[in-house]
Amino acid sequence: MNNNKSNTLRGLLFGAGFIAVAAFIFTGCPSQQSMLDSRDAAEKVYVAPGEHDEYYGFFSGGYSGQLSVWGLPSARFLKVIPVFSQDPETGYGYSEETKPLLMTSYGFIPWDDSHHPHISQTDGDADGRWIYINANNTPRIARIDLQTFETKEILELPNTGGNHASSFVTSNSEYVIGATRFSIPYEMDLDVPIDSYSEEFRGALSFIALDPETGMMEMDFQILVPPYNYDLGRAGKGPSSDWVFFTTYNTEEAHTLLEVNASRNDKDYVAAINWKRAAELVRNGAGETMSAEYYHNYYEGNQGIAINVVKDQVTVLTPEDGQNFIYFMPTPKSPHGVDIDPSGEYIVAGGKLATVIPVHSFSRMLDAIENERFEGHVEGIPILDYDATIIGEVENPGLGPLHTEFDGRGYAYTSVYISSEIVKWSLETFEVVDRIDAYYSIGHLMITGGDTRNPDARYLVGLTKTAKDRYLPTGPKQNHPAQLYDISGDRMQLLLDFPTIGEPHYAQAIRADIVTPNVKQIYEMEENDHPHALLRVADNRIERDGDTVRVYMSSTRSHFRPDNIEGVRVGDTVYIHLTNLEQEWDVVHGIAIKGANNSEILVAPGQTKTMKWEPTRTGIFPFYCTAFCSALHQEMQGYIRVSAADSDVALTWSTGGN
Amino acid sequence: MISQKPLLTLLTIILFIPAFHACGGEETSDRQQSQPQTEEATLTEFELEHGIGPVTERIEIGDIDLDKVAEGRNIYEMKCEMCHNYQGRMVGPELGNVMERRSPEFVMNFILNPSGMVREHPVGQELLREYMTAMPFQNVQKDEARAIAEYLWYYHKENN
Repeated sequence: MNNNKSNTLRGLLFGAGFIAVAAFIFTGCPSQQSMLDSRDAAEKVYVAPGEHDEYYGFFSGGYSGQLSVWGLPSARFLKVIPVFSQDPETGYGYSEETKPLLMTSYGFIPWDDSHHPHISQTDGDADGRWIYINANNTPRIARIDLQTFETKEILELPNTGGNHASSFVTSNSEYVIGATRFSIPYEMDLDVPIDSYSEEFRGALSFIALDPETGMMEMDFQILVPPYNYDLGRAGKGPSSDWVFFTTYNTEEAHTLLEVNASRNDKDYVAAINWKRAAELVRNGAGETMSAEYYHNYYEGNQGIAINVVKDQVTVLTPEDGQNFIYFMPTPKSPHGVDIDPSGEYIVAGGKLATVIPVHSFSRMLDAIENERFEGHVEGIPILDYDATIIGEVENPGLGPLHTEFDGRGYAYTSVYISSEIVKWSLETFEVVDRIDAYYSIGHLMITGGDTRNPDARYLVGLTKTAKDRYLPTGPKQNHPAQLYDISGDRMQLLLDFPTIGEPHYAQAIRADIVTPNVKQIYEMEENDHPHALLRVADNRIERDGDTVRVYMSSTRSHFRPDNIEGVRVGDTVYIHLTNLEQEWDVVHGIAIKGANNSEILVAPGQTKTMKWEPTRTGIFPFYCTAFCSALHQEMQGYIRVSAADSDVALTWSTGGN
Repeated sequence: MISQKPLLTLLTIILFIPAFHACGGEETSDRQQSQPQTEEATLTEFELEHGIGPVTERIEIGDIDLDKVAEGRNIYEMKCEMCHNYQGRMVGPELGNVMERRSPEFVMNFILNPSGMVREHPVGQELLREYMTAMPFQNVQKDEARAIAEYLWYYHKENN
């Protein structure tokens, strides 16, 4: 079957005639699928104009660094939430308020690679309050507030090389976890030969405590672990909710050509950590305080300006025999995902180089720990006997199983990368019951309401890595696709195939009615605590302090106040503090100044944002509103006169001759 | 290749006709009911004189309540003044003498239901034609609108 499929693919890509390709594109129907006819599929995803989708889908941006928001099942694109990358569309990472969010111990970083969004949970179900997402490259975790769909906080993770196994929350949002993908010398900035890998390099698993009221993050402790690669993680559920699990690969401890050198053992490990026990040990003084440098960036108050708090130490717990909080479970080679079923009992690893999908049992794992069924120890960590924890191996899952989610009705769905398909299998018999193609090369998949105790398993979204012939061609590089499947029946059925933004790795979907009651329509002016807010037009003004000029400006349909400014000089640093005085939903104003080496700034109703501008030439500089705000939007403009550095033009401002 | 085009067009049409047909029946009765009502004839005498909105009964402005005046002034400066002068038109009409022209209920309803007023009330429609900018709702609550009315009443008394 796999051969047939790859032949079909190759034929489509390279050999087929125009009609074959055209028919494929126009019908959107793969040839050999269990596929609804177009009309039935269209009805299932049709959401009438003005009506709303049933689910929010949050798709990571991958190398865009952002998080995109979609309505499901229609696949309406709703917005991009900028997180780890600058976004000139909104001014995120360009405005003075948001620039501090992108500060790290390495300085200002305009980009990252965002992989795994995870919605905060209460009692093991997504509660829709916040969504956390990891930065893979310069290790960080961000918190996005789902009242405003804005990034409110970013925490850097010290001693971490690539925060990939992140940002998964525990079932009552006690912790969000992170881990090093690339082991590195644990002590900061240690300059050692790379071939001292086994001696000097170590992994760090991060446990970030979450404030139950605000969702704010605090680095609680790290666990020092052997120098493997830590790939993905998940928290337990129900009976296993005190535990988190990480996959490891490269237990060979290779530091070069991992493709070959990290594929030699026949098993790697799932690390099982009792986080409650680890936290207790830390509370009782088992940890060690080590120096570290990492940034914690967040807003103080309602909005205002993000601040940087630089931390200089972290608590580190090094496993020792007899502490009983961390174990390794051997699992078939190079596992990617480690996924916990809704009951909390089954721990499914996706061994991308394995021929089976291994299913471990949480209760058997506890028995094995109790009875000390260890096959060895590594760096103070007991290695459990494979046969003691395994409860099933799913045969014939396709080539390269990666990630699994569950429907809560007794079935699991695993994405299979190399053979590019999704397999559905039974948690009772561990046998494959259905399979369906993915277009092409599927990475993660997600089920609506997935990774919770009560999945709302209507739909499944497959996040695939290459589009090739699926859409109208857009050059050598095309956007990554996603496919929506109906999984409410016995067979999976493909409903929709749509291009996404960036390179989605993982996504989560939540019932919209959990989120929408809390979504804000405006920033209430009475609650604007920005230090440079302009809350009444009579206070519009300009203040000069040496070379620093602060313009306190307001916007209302359809004018700025002030809109005529004189007395700015070359060499000044000008801050335009623009307050949008509108209190009506979705009435946004923006500002752009000719020649400013900056992006525009968009300002939501009731919000204050600041554009920094350093004029380098004399002259008259027009500025205007960038958001089409009203019938008189085109009249919404102003002029700033810039004079020579030694000029004595007085600082004046006016609007409408007042 | 050119000769394939009519075939493809036909294929596209054939495929899309059922899709549109399937979606055509989805119009809900909710949407049909949400058409704006524009007929003046449906307005009551109260609405014609005092506006359409949450204020449906006459309001007494008796002795000036200076606390209420201060509250109203605070909100007025934060949420109204950027578009209205006391004397002379700006984005919207002058308001220094508005209490001479309109009832307090009318002013409150305009503050609390501006989109309804410009859509459904003949005076609102006329004002929109004159000023070409629809007044926005500024997230003002009913008791706050009452305080603004108190302030404008006081302003008018003090300045005439």
